[in-house]
Amino acid sequence: MTSKTIKQKLAILSDAAKYDASCASSGTSKRNSAGGKGLGSTEGSGICHAYAPDGRCISLLKILMTNFCVYDCAYCINRISSDVERARFSPEEIIWLTIEFYRRNYIEGLFLSSGIIRTPDYTMEQMVRVAKELRTTHHFLGYIHLKTIPDAAPELIEEAGLYADRLSVNIELPTDAGVKKFAPEKDPASIRKTMADVRLKKLDYSEKTLSGRRRGKFAPAGQSTQMIVGADGANDAIILKYATRLYSGYGLKRVYYSAFSPIPSASSQLPLVRPPLEREHRLYQADWLLRFYGFEAGELTTEHETGGMLDLDLDPKLAWALRNRERFPVDVNRADRELLLRVPGFGTKTVSRLIAARRHKTLAYDDLMRLGAAMNRARSFITARGWTPGNQLDAENLRARFSVQTDRQLSLF
Amino acid sequence: MHQFTLPDLDRFEAWRDQARACAKACVPACSVSWRTGTDAPTLFADTVLPSPEKNGKPARAPEGFLDLARLVCAHESGEAFNLLYRLLIRLQGYPRLLSDRSDPDVETARRMEKSVRRDMQKMKAFVRFRELAGDAEFAGRRRFFAWFEPSHNIVQLAGPFFARRFADMDWVIATPRVTAIHENGNLRFDASPANRPHLTDQTEELWKTYFTHIFNPARLKVKAMCAEMPKKYWKNLPEAETIPLLIREAESRSRAMRDNAPGPVPPKAERVKARLHQTLESEPWAGDAAMTSKPSIEELRKDAASCARCQLCEMATQTVFGEGPQDADLMVVGEQPGDREDLAGKPFIGPAGQLFDRIAKSVGLNRSECYVTNAVKHFKFRPAGKRRIHQRPQNHEIDRCRWWLDREIKLVAPSLILAMGATALRALTGDGSGILKRRGGIKKSRYGIPVFVTVHPSFLLRLPSEQDRTVEEARFAADLATALDFVRQDRIIQSE
Repeated sequence: MTSKTIKQKLAILSDAAKYDASCASSGTSKRNSAGGKGLGSTEGSGICHAYAPDGRCISLLKILMTNFCVYDCAYCINRISSDVERARFSPEEIIWLTIEFYRRNYIEGLFLSSGIIRTPDYTMEQMVRVAKELRTTHHFLGYIHLKTIPDAAPELIEEAGLYADRLSVNIELPTDAGVKKFAPEKDPASIRKTMADVRLKKLDYSEKTLSGRRRGKFAPAGQSTQMIVGADGANDAIILKYATRLYSGYGLKRVYYSAFSPIPSASSQLPLVRPPLEREHRLYQADWLLRFYGFEAGELTTEHETGGMLDLDLDPKLAWALRNRERFPVDVNRADRELLLRVPGFGTKTVSRLIAARRHKTLAYDDLMRLGAAMNRARSFITARGWTPGNQLDAENLRARFSVQTDRQLSLF
Repeated sequence: MHQFTLPDLDRFEAWRDQARACAKACVPACSVSWRTGTDAPTLFADTVLPSPEKNGKPARAPEGFLDLARLVCAHESGEAFNLLYRLLIRLQGYPRLLSDRSDPDVETARRMEKSVRRDMQKMKAFVRFRELAGDAEFAGRRRFFAWFEPSHNIVQLAGPFFARRFADMDWVIATPRVTAIHENGNLRFDASPANRPHLTDQTEELWKTYFTHIFNPARLKVKAMCAEMPKKYWKNLPEAETIPLLIREAESRSRAMRDNAPGPVPPKAERVKARLHQTLESEPWAGDAAMTSKPSIEELRKDAASCARCQLCEMATQTVFGEGPQDADLMVVGEQPGDREDLAGKPFIGPAGQLFDRIAKSVGLNRSECYVTNAVKHFKFRPAGKRRIHQRPQNHEIDRCRWWLDREIKLVAPSLILAMGATALRALTGDGSGILKRRGGIKKSRYGIPVFVTVHPSFLLRLPSEQDRTVEEARFAADLATALDFVRQDRIIQSE
């Protein structure tokens, strides 16, 4: 067997990494190399250095250390029973690529994942080694995201958190039954336990010692996870409830939803259809409503009308408002923040500006436009100076009017 | 009418000085105008600042205005400077103006600020350095060059970002009007016009390889890509030249993925899998032995780990089983694990557990000598944003979970059980009502073993007044001391 060039390995191991949706590089501690030794900086907000034609941002060098894997997860291109071409980077190759890409301003840092080789501990150890050498030998200050291997020893996870900005472990599928069926070697309970360990470690590190000093930074950008949507039969209600459980229990920064996408030489167990991109988009919108708009998972879907699914034609907030018309119209000059956040077409920024602006004057329709509200959606749900929606809210065809307006933004192939 | 021309370098500082002078000279906004450009550089030198008026006051700007002005001054539209001056004049009479986003002037300025910020963000993202070959030995530093075409006059604003990030390299970012030069850690700017040079860098081949392979053809969304990476930037992005082909082939590639049957399973796959499953299953499992001999607490704990006797396991992380010596004289029973306990899988480590430890220690009760457990073994909660709110277990959940408590009690066979709180009391005696009236007394448990009743330590944590807490902590300590006395006396009786 001839050895592969670094270019061939890069092709194989980035191909293998592209099914992970996360590429975030934001929210970590601020640091930079000015005046000291080393290379790199992080300044709070992430930077998307390029966009691929799939519309996804490329912020990090997202690669697998190896795509050899002893597991046999049906949805994964790297499962042992797949005939995909295999490769493995040495730690030195990963370090070289990361630093040379970084110096040319292609990337914010590294997102390293891996297939499971030999044992979870061995795999985790190799990955931690890359992060450690980047930090200690090369004084690399850019962003590092390490995938944590479930069942790896707690000491390894602790070490990973000391060098990485973010840790993540994928929950894979929204139901435990789904994981058992499609990923027979993985145990959803132990994946959640890994998340709990990361959460506990982060809590431990954030507590001050007896002498009042911090113990150091542990995964300052927190942890995230991903679940595949559309491979098992879980409906959106189940998915959102699960997300709520993960956000509240393990302090996750993000839950990523990945529309199941056909993979080369896929397992015959799976639905080989177009990825449900619109559903994925609606789930992200709903996720935002849970985290920033005060919605609860149960409010966004209805069992009897839509079978626990989000409406594909309307954004989830608009769909909620149309189901709860008795709560509108909202008087923008009097309503509190909580209620304003529920108005379709009002984002969190708009609401903050609105509350600040109404200390100056009684707001009219045109003022709202300048505040950034999407009035095509909001107009039917609010009253303002000189504006009432009349009987729009009672109109039978209100829903239809929005459905027509809503352009299907996502182009399918 | 005053007319100023602003330079490309230090444009904000020049505008600020002129605006200050105009304000002090009481020049109304309609009588001053600014323009930019290298087309009339001499005009700037020729323009004399207006002399201050007798009753003219120095302009005051509230916090936030200078930050706004610094960014808006970079905006390449002629109206930015006059707009800022108008805002400055209006702010003199109405300092809170900036917080009214519905004001047309404020809104326009914020829109310009946003556009400049976006341009800066795109510069940070899309600058591509190429390494300069040759005398790389210079001061031991590697040298890089980038050509970039921003939409606004942002090089001086964005330059420090690159200096903070690429501190150990020497680099130049050239743009059509302003060039940033970083040498030996010093950053400077130059306003001489520059042209796009032709340079190559071998690493670009690897970068294009990465860009091509990280793209998923089954998710083609060209519009989304172009919204964030507008075509005007493409000519300076090495990876962009691969885009047309990626788009053209996307459909056939994803169709091929759907249509192609899975390839042959690699021959060694079954072998590796069989070995893996063997190791997964060969973990210590004492199930068979446990059937015949008396099970130990450890075996019980292992069985409880997969308990699904009620629905609480569906939301909790793990079963939190009891902990402590199997021959303990005192068994402590609480309500249910809390957030910390659920994460760690250990009982009594959260705030209530720590309080219990402290008070117990103060009366000479060492926790490691007791067997500590909960009436319910899974955490019951309601998710609320980033937190989990504790919920009291219902009677049917307590009763289902007693299956485990029964077995723990039989194995440990303590001389006294300390019931903390109503849930524990219900599990042990069948009746959890009137805890505050029953505390301090000894009840008979279902098991014949006496139960000493007290409150749950979380009750102490919830008391709002400091005074009440001191009183209640003392009562709790007294309860623990009484229970400890009981156990000690019982031990003496036993040994006699």
